[in-house]
Amino acid sequence: MAQGRSKHLLPGFGLTLGVSMLYLSIIVVLPLLAMLLKVGGMGWEEFWRIVASNRALAAYRITFSSALAATVINGALGLLLAWVLTRYSFPGRRLLDALVDLPFALPTAVAGLVLVTLFAPIGWYGQLLEPNGFKVNYTQTGIIIAMAFTSIPFVVRAVQPVLEEVQVELEEAAQTLGATRFQTFARVIWPTILPAFMAGCVLSFARSLGEFGAVVFIAGNLPGLTEIVSLLIFIRLDEYNYEGAAALAFVLLLAAFVTLLVTNALQAWQVRYAEKVR
Amino acid sequence: MSQMVQQALDGSPPTEGVVAHRAAANVTTPARSRGEIALIALAFLVAGALLVVPVALIFAFALREGLGAYFSSIAEPTTLHAIGLTVLTAVVVVPVNILVGVCIAWLVSRFRFPGRQVLITIVELPAAVSPIVAGTVYLFLYGGQGLLGPALQGAGIQLMFTVTAIILVSLFVTAPFVARELIPLMQQQGTEDEEAALSLGANGWQMFWFVTLPNIRWAILYGAILTNARVMGEFGAVSVVSGSIRGQTNTLPLQISQLFNDFNVTGAFAAASTLTLMALLTVVLKSALEARAGWR
Repeated sequence: MAQGRSKHLLPGFGLTLGVSMLYLSIIVVLPLLAMLLKVGGMGWEEFWRIVASNRALAAYRITFSSALAATVINGALGLLLAWVLTRYSFPGRRLLDALVDLPFALPTAVAGLVLVTLFAPIGWYGQLLEPNGFKVNYTQTGIIIAMAFTSIPFVVRAVQPVLEEVQVELEEAAQTLGATRFQTFARVIWPTILPAFMAGCVLSFARSLGEFGAVVFIAGNLPGLTEIVSLLIFIRLDEYNYEGAAALAFVLLLAAFVTLLVTNALQAWQVRYAEKVR
Repeated sequence: MSQMVQQALDGSPPTEGVVAHRAAANVTTPARSRGEIALIALAFLVAGALLVVPVALIFAFALREGLGAYFSSIAEPTTLHAIGLTVLTAVVVVPVNILVGVCIAWLVSRFRFPGRQVLITIVELPAAVSPIVAGTVYLFLYGGQGLLGPALQGAGIQLMFTVTAIILVSLFVTAPFVARELIPLMQQQGTEDEEAALSLGANGWQMFWFVTLPNIRWAILYGAILTNARVMGEFGAVSVVSGSIRGQTNTLPLQISQLFNDFNVTGAFAAASTLTLMALLTVVLKSALEARAGWR
């Protein structure tokens, strides 16, 4: 390579730029463009009629509230698991650490199959819960459980590295100055892990919004009651109602884009925060 | 679990005496408090109820009619075909993902250029959207009423509801999987080694082969394992584009769903057990790779 002409020190800029752009254009951009064209071609009134229809509004409400509930559950469980895994040394710690990844590795259809069987009236968990009036299958509780299961690892994996970095000196200083354990956590540890915790929660929420495989098995899929947005899109496709599917898919795409921006902002905050503390 | 296994997993002997000894030797390690024990117990309870019991249930249900019924369920022609199709998809998608992932990571971690942030967002977006949306966008590209579908059909090429469509949509949902593992690692490693190789007279390929690749090979493997798990388990996106034709375009997750809807519980769980074994292997390999080096 002629060195004077190239402004880059390392080789391969042209090649990797070409391959990346070509690949991403064909695999990612072109399909997204095809859908955007479909949405753009339908006109504002038609679009609004679809995305603001009663059935769609009910689906947003169910999807959003379930994802929120699942995120709250995972926030609490994730914090507990991350804390135990980083703070304590005990037999089986590495096994527990590896187990946390299972929901990422287990296919969502398998997760759905297992959950609907566990919570069936004669299932291992269902036979304990149903006599007490606690019904899971084919209710919103089932949706929440499916969403929570598939996104357990997000908060744990976001908080874990930051918790490991918390300086012991700061905690010891706080305790020497007379802080109780709870005060040390609330005033010293919590502010440090907050950005990472929030980032983990946003990822968990985004995954829950889009979860399909695990939910369709357990939700029962009743319009207006247990029908999530992803499923409504699937039904519209099945009915060959492509406008309906495109408009709703656009809404989910927009939601994914927003969560991606929020995650990036939170991660930037976390990096700035870590640098300030250091 | 036996103590031996516990020791192997934890790397430290769990006996009371050693804990006490450690506490005495190191003042900053206080004796285990009641709260600590309660939290550890709670963590195991949560993991047991949410993670261990579900996996146990899969194998319990798959084997409940005995080993014979289990193997004949798996040997069912449509299930065998689904296994083959799932493996085929992974065999195509994982290498492509590695090649492109290395390209993208090299580009993003070694150069600053206009549009770099946009490129990163485009790579990340597919993993952030619902898999149903992933399938839907492909339908609008290659479907009968799609952007390119009619033109391709005119030329005699049918992509929708074929294995090609399954592979394409799998490439879409896993687009960031390898790149995402490589970018932070390569940024952290810096460019000194590579610049040294070049100044010593290596050409671009020699530099990549002898310097870059050895530094990132474990991260590539890590990304490949995650890609494989996602491809083999993908349900939503594939269910839109495959047409779910039994014995033709049914991948394993679709086959599980159909068997379950047919009330063939043993068949569904037998098929699910194969994917569960894949998931367990994924978790073991992932944790072994993480333990191997401090690169993560």
